[in-house]
Amino acid sequence: MLTIAQTIVDAIVAHARLDHPDEACGVVAGPAGSDRPERFIPMVNAARSPTFYEFDSTDLLTLYREMDSLDEEPVVIYHSHTSTQAYPSRTDISYASEPHAHYVLVSTADEVDVEFRSFRIVDGEVTEEPVEIVTGEVE
Amino acid sequence: MAIEVSIPTILRTYTAGAKSVEATGATLGAVINDLEAQFPGIADRLVDAGSLRRFVNIYINDEDVRFLGGIDAEVADGDNVTVLPAVAGGA
Repeated sequence: MLTIAQTIVDAIVAHARLDHPDEACGVVAGPAGSDRPERFIPMVNAARSPTFYEFDSTDLLTLYREMDSLDEEPVVIYHSHTSTQAYPSRTDISYASEPHAHYVLVSTADEVDVEFRSFRIVDGEVTEEPVEIVTGEVE
Repeated sequence: MAIEVSIPTILRTYTAGAKSVEATGATLGAVINDLEAQFPGIADRLVDAGSLRRFVNIYINDEDVRFLGGIDAEVADGDNVTVLPAVAGGA
């Protein structure tokens, strides 16, 4: 189960809409071991593509050093699909390399309705999980 | 020549959970061979057919090795090597 604040869901969706038709991507960091997504960190999609995303390698290092210094980990790794459903593709699955993260997919294929779903991807296996959206902060 | 290598979560299964290990070598390739000798199986996660895997980022002292000669990048005593799998995917 992913428990996440409404404000962060809104921020992720807004980022996806902003970068459409390119895929948007980013992280929500939280205290290591807490499973609480607290700090929203939109990233630049270095691929700038409607069908692929990748964090720039230098941005990635900066992000991980920063999370390390704050004793955080990437609780949510999110990206958008701009014309397909919010479900992990084969590429998403093969590159998923944070076994503890919640992989959030947002679809901006429809102009009005947005799909927001969360998955665990471990050892090549995808499991969808429920999303609990809370107002205020995650306890 | 002691080089400190930071190991990402997904590769810690090879290092018995260690997030930082020591290795030796004058080039990144040599360091990877030394890592393989210590932690069998890890090299295949980093190298494919003699080159570094595309979606694994490796840095020497915070610089992406793609700019330093890739697998032939020189490494010196006291250097820091960091491995970070790419965060990437597609539709």
